[in-house]
Amino acid sequence: MYEDALIPKLGVVTQIRVETPDVKTFRVVGADGKKPFVHIPGQCAMLSIPGVGEALFSITSSPTVEEYIEFSIKKCGCVTDWLHSMEPGQNVTIRGPYGNGFPVDTDFVGKDLLFVAGGIGLAPLHSVINYCRAHREKYGQIDVVYGSRSMGDLVDYKEILDDWMKEDGINVHLTIDNPQPEWDGHVGFVPNYVTELKPDISKTVVMCGPPVMIKFTLAGLMDLGFDRKNIYTTLELRMKCAIGRCGRCNIGSKFVCKDGPVFRFDELDELPNEY
Amino acid sequence: MKKISKAKIDELFKAISAKETLYIPVDDSEGQAAFIPYAEGLKMSEDLNTVRSAKDLFFPQVESLVNFKMDGKHIEIIDAATEKKPFVIFGVRACDARSFDILDRVFYYAEPKDSFYIERRDKSTVVTLACNAPEETCFCGAFGIDPAEPAGDVSAWQDGESFFFKANTEKGEALLAGLPLEDAADDAADKVKEDIRKITAMLPLKDLDLSKFGPGKTQELFNDPAWATLSESCLGCGTCTFVCPTCQCFDIRDFDGGKEIRRYRCWDSCMYSDFTQMSAGQPRPTQKERFRQRFMHKLVYYPDMHEGLFSCVGCGRCLRKCPIHMNIVKVIKTIGEEK
Ligand SMILES: Cc1cc2nc3c(=O)[nH]c(=O)nc-3n(C[C@H](O)[C@H](O)[C@H](O)COP(=O)(O)OP(=O)(O)OC[C@H]3O[C@@H](n4cnc5c(N)ncnc54)[C@H](O)[C@@H]3O)c2cc1C
Ligand code: SF4
Ligand code: SF4
Ligand code: FES
Repeated sequence: MYEDALIPKLGVVTQIRVETPDVKTFRVVGADGKKPFVHIPGQCAMLSIPGVGEALFSITSSPTVEEYIEFSIKKCGCVTDWLHSMEPGQNVTIRGPYGNGFPVDTDFVGKDLLFVAGGIGLAPLHSVINYCRAHREKYGQIDVVYGSRSMGDLVDYKEILDDWMKEDGINVHLTIDNPQPEWDGHVGFVPNYVTELKPDISKTVVMCGPPVMIKFTLAGLMDLGFDRKNIYTTLELRMKCAIGRCGRCNIGSKFVCKDGPVFRFDELDELPNEY
Repeated sequence: MKKISKAKIDELFKAISAKETLYIPVDDSEGQAAFIPYAEGLKMSEDLNTVRSAKDLFFPQVESLVNFKMDGKHIEIIDAATEKKPFVIFGVRACDARSFDILDRVFYYAEPKDSFYIERRDKSTVVTLACNAPEETCFCGAFGIDPAEPAGDVSAWQDGESFFFKANTEKGEALLAGLPLEDAADDAADKVKEDIRKITAMLPLKDLDLSKFGPGKTQELFNDPAWATLSESCLGCGTCTFVCPTCQCFDIRDFDGGKEIRRYRCWDSCMYSDFTQMSAGQPRPTQKERFRQRFMHKLVYYPDMHEGLFSCVGCGRCLRKCPIHMNIVKVIKTIGEEK
């Protein structure tokens, strides 16, 4: 077989979990039944259904999981519709891992971490959060602020309730946009919730979610006195090759697929505002 | 140095093409030059530059990556790579020869390497040809390219009677060794070079000032108001990107042929509106942003990523082909001079 980074390998979807009305989590192994590759939290992979196309997704499982990798995928177009309609046992093609990932073994070590996620934005953070939980001794306090439109739109809700919220080393703050009869937690938008919680400005913040959430959360953190060097986010641009070759995903002199998708805000300040 | 009389050029082409595929620039019925495989009777074009550059031979406009078969839940991955045979390109101009260096940095040296491109590059021998008559649209000199001293595995020159050849690489030496050539003095092409340099010294664009561009200029140039006026009448047709020897953007697509699904890549253009279109939004909503991307990439972003090397070789193709007469020279002059 001809070898090139653009030629994918075969994968098998072994499990599909329904997370929300439009998000499912897919468990993928290689053709040999093993984990297809080792990744860093925050990295992505290209999944494809031949004839439909390829699309890039964050790897949501932690690198500490030895048996498989997982993706949480929102239904929004050709490839994602197809993935949502399939059954376990289906072959897909896979290539990766791509991107820089989060500095979990360098800059994050010894820091108090505040994760802020909105909607499907939890996908890239899920991997980091579980990696940090697995290496709990390396980090300070861990806080997670996670919000969605409604209770039913919270991704990984069961795992959050059963694992994260029962653990001592991690504080989870959930919120939904509007009140619901069966919800007794916080109601309101993520950015406001973050400022209400008055996080200490020594924390390292990792944000992921829709652009409006990022914008207002960032503004709130700036008002509190946070340093942009300590705030991380991931960017999403249209991608085809995911390896810095096809010329599609640059912002100025950086390729989001290769130099990102993880950026610090002080790094983004250096780039033209074109994302 | 080696030489052959011009009357015997067909003998030379026959000798090369007996062993490997030989591409030479040939005019079609409308006088448009393109590199095509040599066959007896074909005459080499006198044109300075082919309409499309020789990059097609390393990075074809459409290329299969891999094939698939789908059967229920089962997918089979099938090799689509075809065997690539050694080939020779004859008559590449100095500007296009530099464009290969620019593409090499993206496809040959950057990780992960592009196997398709590398295989073609490794199997090729490039014979360049000095430009006896550089045109008014040429500005290779602005990028430090000397049309009298083209790079490549073999450099060639021509005067009224003869072609002269000098090998620059082992591949070039191997090619020349097997050909019916005569020996020539080392300075045999000097007169030709001198004449060429006399012409380049008089070209209207020879003093094009690039000092406002290059690495580190993003902040300074990105919000320049001139982008709006320069891009105003751009049609977004993408012609400039398709004829450009250094443009490298591609798309990856699937074609379902019934029995098999073919995944291929094909040239794409940053001048097209759907290039960066996402469900969540569009980072380059108008032609202004797309236009700016093309020129900023050539003059600032690429140099940022590649030690100051510009991603334009001054071939002048975009000057000749743009339907609205917009081009990189106007960009360089407008943005470069206003500061
Ligand atoms: C770094 C990165 C990480 C991502 N992680 C996740 C993830 O964990 N989970 C998840 O559900 N999605 C993720 N995405 C988004 C995902 O790649 C797109 O939703 C997907 O490409 C859409 O493919 P499709 O074939 O279903 O849609 P298409 O039918 O191709 O397109 C539907 C619409 O989406 C647009 N589109 C194409 N590419 C993208 C893109 N990259 N982002 C947004 N819209 C796009 C199309 O232009 C069109 O308007 C990520 C994207 C990037 C770049
Ligand atoms: S930008 Fe124009 S002049 Fe420069 S290399 Fe491309 S086609 Fe030639
Ligand atoms: S600059 Fe000219 S050739 Fe290029 S896209 Fe615009 S109109 Fe077409
Ligand atoms: S997706 Fe091709 S360069 Fe980033």
